[in-house]
Amino acid sequence: MTTKRPRSIRRRPLPIVAPGVPVYEGLRRLGIDTADWDYVVALAGNPNTGKSTVFNSLTGLKQHVGNWPGKTVARAEGGFEYGAKKFKLVDLPGTYSLLSASTDEEIARDFILFGRPDCTIIVVDTTVLERNLNLTLQILEITDRAVLCLNLMDEAERKGVEVDHEHLESDLGIPVIPTVARTGHGIRDLIEAVAGVADGSIVTRPHRIGGYGEAARSVDRLAAMVEAAYPGLPNARWVAMRLLEGDKRVERAIAGGELHELVEAYEMQPAGAGGTG
Amino acid sequence: MATNAPPTAGDILESAESLRRGLDVSFRDEIVGAIYEDATAIARAAVRTGRRAEPTWDAKLDRILTSRIWGIPIMLLGLAAVFWITIVGANYPSQAIATVLFGLEDVAVGLFDSLGAPWWLTGFLWRGVYRGLAWVVAVMLPPMAIFFPLFTILENLGYLPRAAFNMDWLFKRVGAHGKQALTMSMGFGCNAAGVIACRVIDSPRERLIAILTNNFVPCNGRFPTLILLGIVFVSAAFPPSVSTFAAAGSVLAVVVVGVLFTLLVSWALSRTVLKGEASSFTLELPPYRRPNVGQILYTSLIDRTLFVLYRAVIMAAPAGGVIWLLSNVFVGGDSLAALVSGSLDPLGRAVGLDGVILLAYIIAIPANEIVVPTILMTYTGAGMMIEIDSLTELQALLVGEQGWTLLTAVSLMLFSLLHNPCSTTIWTIYKETGSAKWTTIGALMPLAIAFIVCFLVAQGARLFL
Repeated sequence: MTTKRPRSIRRRPLPIVAPGVPVYEGLRRLGIDTADWDYVVALAGNPNTGKSTVFNSLTGLKQHVGNWPGKTVARAEGGFEYGAKKFKLVDLPGTYSLLSASTDEEIARDFILFGRPDCTIIVVDTTVLERNLNLTLQILEITDRAVLCLNLMDEAERKGVEVDHEHLESDLGIPVIPTVARTGHGIRDLIEAVAGVADGSIVTRPHRIGGYGEAARSVDRLAAMVEAAYPGLPNARWVAMRLLEGDKRVERAIAGGELHELVEAYEMQPAGAGGTG
Repeated sequence: MATNAPPTAGDILESAESLRRGLDVSFRDEIVGAIYEDATAIARAAVRTGRRAEPTWDAKLDRILTSRIWGIPIMLLGLAAVFWITIVGANYPSQAIATVLFGLEDVAVGLFDSLGAPWWLTGFLWRGVYRGLAWVVAVMLPPMAIFFPLFTILENLGYLPRAAFNMDWLFKRVGAHGKQALTMSMGFGCNAAGVIACRVIDSPRERLIAILTNNFVPCNGRFPTLILLGIVFVSAAFPPSVSTFAAAGSVLAVVVVGVLFTLLVSWALSRTVLKGEASSFTLELPPYRRPNVGQILYTSLIDRTLFVLYRAVIMAAPAGGVIWLLSNVFVGGDSLAALVSGSLDPLGRAVGLDGVILLAYIIAIPANEIVVPTILMTYTGAGMMIEIDSLTELQALLVGEQGWTLLTAVSLMLFSLLHNPCSTTIWTIYKETGSAKWTTIGALMPLAIAFIVCFLVAQGARLFL
């Protein structure tokens, strides 16, 4: 399985990581006002990557904090407006992966799979990019509507870590935006990319993991079945993988028809949506 | 699948089931491996580390400390060094403290006698309550005052997460959560704290396993007992040149046995009553830190030494009183202590101990710290006056007067390691699990294991030696 290259991703220049006033042109922070949203955006990432700072710089300091249904894990929501569209931002629990049965990982996984966000922002700590990419790749197996936020660029610079974000963009197949959320640098580019992915004007071609040997054939066979049953499902391979691993949640989603609703919802979304790529 | 009608949900689940059977158990590992491989490849292609191309010193250190080959041997050596320093250092202050404290007892008794106080009051207060306190301080304080700062240094350096990292694969292998390596490490400090620390494990099944097995590593309260036994018995059985090393080795061996039992019982639980798969997790190694001397002294001496000592002392005072009463209330010519320990004696002998030791364990349920002092008080309590102002004389008492052997010491070490948790830990298990059933299992399972293991060791030793 080789890495597919993305078809079209807008290129943008590196934001200047230097002192200066960040520009938030066109952004209206809505704080806790998340009524009448046009798009839902999920915020995912490892712990300690500046996820909350990104959240605050997008929505303002006020946030609506509740609990995830049936869980004791806090759920923060906020809103922002950009280009006459309203976005609802949902902060997912910070996790290192989506594979384990821990409550946090289940919440993050379920929301990306069943919550159908129009875009998922994956915040990574640029100084330890490799470690953070593990979660990134797992998210890209579930959704193709994602933007990578290369955060903590200033620290990376201080530590002498340089990242070729264009190269990364073509490898991952999603927009990659360098940011310093603390100072607001790059946040405007991030919003633009999020809006583009959400309204379908940016078409992504996410990286899919490969190279897991013999098992790949079983995954492919099952994925083909899943795809035939749910045409247009963007993550048939991931669903197949979870089924082969015996993931009870996904089994229930199949048996209970939840997955079917999911596909229907995908089909109702605006042009450019879905994983037909 | 090139069928005409789209497959139904049932079809998919069925195929998944049958395909899964054809898959290796390592399927999950293969996927995780593929993710890591891709992540590495992508990161390598995009990241350039200019100024700092070579690995930093802490990365190099981590590579050695958490290496597959060296990680565990280094860990064991480090622990052995800590025990050895404690053992070598503990004897001298012990002697001084004992001389002062027991001297004070005689002075006080003399004073009470000259004031014409009734014998039972003098006896209860000074030969009972005070002597219990004195024993605890003399016997427990020196090893604690040396062991805790050393342990705290390891902790402050950031070594404990690395130790947990070295062991997490073992826990996964036995069907438990890798984080149990962490909660087990906490248990070395205090089992009640270790049980609370099990909250970091999300899966209820794995959390319960970690809670039920936390007791199998010796806590701060039990370490001094083990170290003391190592000094008094194991070192005495070897020539002086290697005696301290042998003593340190024996304490280390007990710790290793404890870890093995943790793994064994976890394995048994996850195969029987708590069946299930191990879930994976990521352990982020915190940076190494320069230990802060002030903080180490504070944590180890105030938080740990004084805390443990305080707990031991408030338990020892009533225990001392109880022992004095047991030794001085006579029923039909025998003291109560003699009657109770006599009736426990056959059971004690069968497991390599004796009735007095079992009696001490019953009295010491509130705090394991006072087991050895309780044993000593019961032996010496019935009017028998022996001045013990050094650990060598302690050995003379136990070996000479009470017929202890190396087997007694080994059995006692094993029993101390494996027996039921102290009442604080039992209460904590109840609060954490909210289940009387699991609390009972958590208390009785270790006790049963302790009896079985000690019985087998004692019978085996008598058979072959």
